[in-house]
Amino acid sequence: MDYNKYLRQDKFPHIWCEGCGNGIVLKAILRAIDRIGLSKDEIVMVSGIGCSSRTPGYCDFNTLHTTHGRALTFATGVKMADPKLTVIVVMGDGDATAIGGNHFIHAARRNIDLTAIIFNNYIYGMTGGQYSPTTPFGMHGSTAPYGSIEHPFDISALAQAAGSTFVARGTVYHALLLDKFIERAIRKKGFSVVEALTPCPIMYGKWNRMGTASNMLKWYQGNTISLKAASTISPEQRGEKIVTGVLVDIEKPEYTEEYNKLIERVQNMG
Amino acid sequence: MQGNEACAEGALAAGLSFFAGYPITPSSEIAEILSQRLPRIGGRFIQMEDEIASMGAVIGASLVGVKAMTATSGPGFSLKQENIGYAAIAEIPCVIVNVMRGGPSTGLPTLPSQGDVMQARWGSHGDHPVIVLAPYSVRETFELTVRAFNLAEQYRVPVILLMDEIVGHVNEKVRLPHPSEIEIIDRQKPMVSPEDYLPYCQTEDDIPPMANFGEGYRYHVTGLCHDETGFPTNDPAKINSLLRRINRKIERYRDDIIEVAELELGDAEIGVVAYGSTARSARRAVIMAREEGIKVGLLRPVTLWPFPEEQVTKLADQVKRIIVPEMNLGQVAQLVKCSAEGKTKVVPLTRVDGEPISPQQILDLLKK
Ligand SMILES: Cc1ncc(C[n+]2csc(CCOP(=O)(O)OP(=O)(O)O)c2C)c(N)n1
Ligand code: SF4
Repeated sequence: MDYNKYLRQDKFPHIWCEGCGNGIVLKAILRAIDRIGLSKDEIVMVSGIGCSSRTPGYCDFNTLHTTHGRALTFATGVKMADPKLTVIVVMGDGDATAIGGNHFIHAARRNIDLTAIIFNNYIYGMTGGQYSPTTPFGMHGSTAPYGSIEHPFDISALAQAAGSTFVARGTVYHALLLDKFIERAIRKKGFSVVEALTPCPIMYGKWNRMGTASNMLKWYQGNTISLKAASTISPEQRGEKIVTGVLVDIEKPEYTEEYNKLIERVQNMG
Repeated sequence: MQGNEACAEGALAAGLSFFAGYPITPSSEIAEILSQRLPRIGGRFIQMEDEIASMGAVIGASLVGVKAMTATSGPGFSLKQENIGYAAIAEIPCVIVNVMRGGPSTGLPTLPSQGDVMQARWGSHGDHPVIVLAPYSVRETFELTVRAFNLAEQYRVPVILLMDEIVGHVNEKVRLPHPSEIEIIDRQKPMVSPEDYLPYCQTEDDIPPMANFGEGYRYHVTGLCHDETGFPTNDPAKINSLLRRINRKIERYRDDIIEVAELELGDAEIGVVAYGSTARSARRAVIMAREEGIKVGLLRPVTLWPFPEEQVTKLADQVKRIIVPEMNLGQVAQLVKCSAEGKTKVVPLTRVDGEPISPQQILDLLKK
């Protein structure tokens, strides 16, 4: 597949550190888009603020880099103004679930047809490694030098509880699965979430002595388990392993379609 | 018809087709009316989870090319500020209505105030362009709402309609103009092909044409300082030219943007500068004073920002003193003092107890 077709090649080199997983997620997004066969003009890619939120700048779509945590709100306006557009929202774990947590659960509750791709690196990368709402208990960051004593969000569980009609969790180690999840998420008519576990070797890796970038990739291999495999073993056997796969795929009326029906209904009332 | 209703009608007359808001007294009627009216004309209304979200949604919708608005009051206006700054730097046309109530904080939810004059101008961080209009009657609320959209579209800036609780809730008989009598301005679209489109180019008029998302132009919009292509830059020369240009858009077109109303200023020896609902009392006070033979006139800024400095300076040249009644601790009085340049005495008449300033109060001060 020709990635260059979807990239703004003059915007490279990118700003990401060596070993950062963001580029792997970006490529998975582009593979998904290519398979669906979307035209570049009909895609709006929206992001918040953070390392991961720089993704749209490299993509040759209509791209909107908003304020920290607010990407889903801008995306909601875009989608409502023209429901025919395919709106993909790229956020970091801090962006989506700390400052933007309220918008995240409400977009899910409304079931508006947006695809949210959350780059979960367990840390605030851009601002220098402060702990985030997904930093595991006991793990370190520049503002958790003695280890975090907060309990992390499970982003996928949060997305499900808030009403998302599609939720999948993947990792950059399993990159070829990740694009399949993203493809299904974009195709889904409704609010869909893909939680992509991706390494930040420079901040999270350093603070937690995770070794090299490739060690961090291998960590995903050893510490995740597919939904299918998990379902054949007991919770004790599963232990701390993170479950990956399509976790939710349900049907529910979608917001912009319902709004179109509402328009039709009130216009017929005369 | 109430001021809030006139605002909703004005927005529809201007071509509004998207509204996002969050309920707050005393602005909620605007959202309620639009939730009913917008779907009837094929437009869309959404009640977002808060005011930050409402402002974001308005910007997103405007980028797709629809006219978009939000309405709120003090606390919600505070929450919108970061995204208002975004609209200013990314040059996204939009209208923000703030029906002022008493503050700070939750303050006086149901009582009038004019405490947000400075917040309207400087509430978002950094030097940024905004236009602020302050209607004083129901009829003018309609007209200025239309004008707010026109200015937003013409100059690609956020425009704030600064109403107050009294203007929002007062009932007055008005005859709304026929649609054919209403001038509508739409943003300039690019005349070049997508390949040649520079979304933030330096044009002769300082206002770059704006393409809609989804029409084939595929450009990048960011709240970071950017160059003509729309991409982030750290180049001092490019940063400088962006920030100077977006602010120059207002300075350069002051004469078009600034509107003032005058009453009995011809032979006035005392001037009153008042805006919004306080100008209603000031108007009454001027009429009463004239009946008693006091030579007084009223200068009413309809545009609050950019502030009508030249008009105030001219007034200061003419009169012995200027009285500035307002429902805050002297926010506009400070501006008047600056513009008067020491040429005349400026006397603030302030009130922050949730009660309006009465004509008698102003008259008493005029007689002193
Ligand atoms: C209102 C606001 N608060 C704080 C910041 C500073 N800030 C920028 S990025 C960021 C966190 C980014 O972390 P995350 O969303 O996890 O993304 P990552 O950089 O790890 O990809 C913060 C706190 C900001 N830009 N705006
Ligand atoms: S700080 Fe971390 S998340 Fe940000 S670019 Fe570097 S490795 Fe990636």
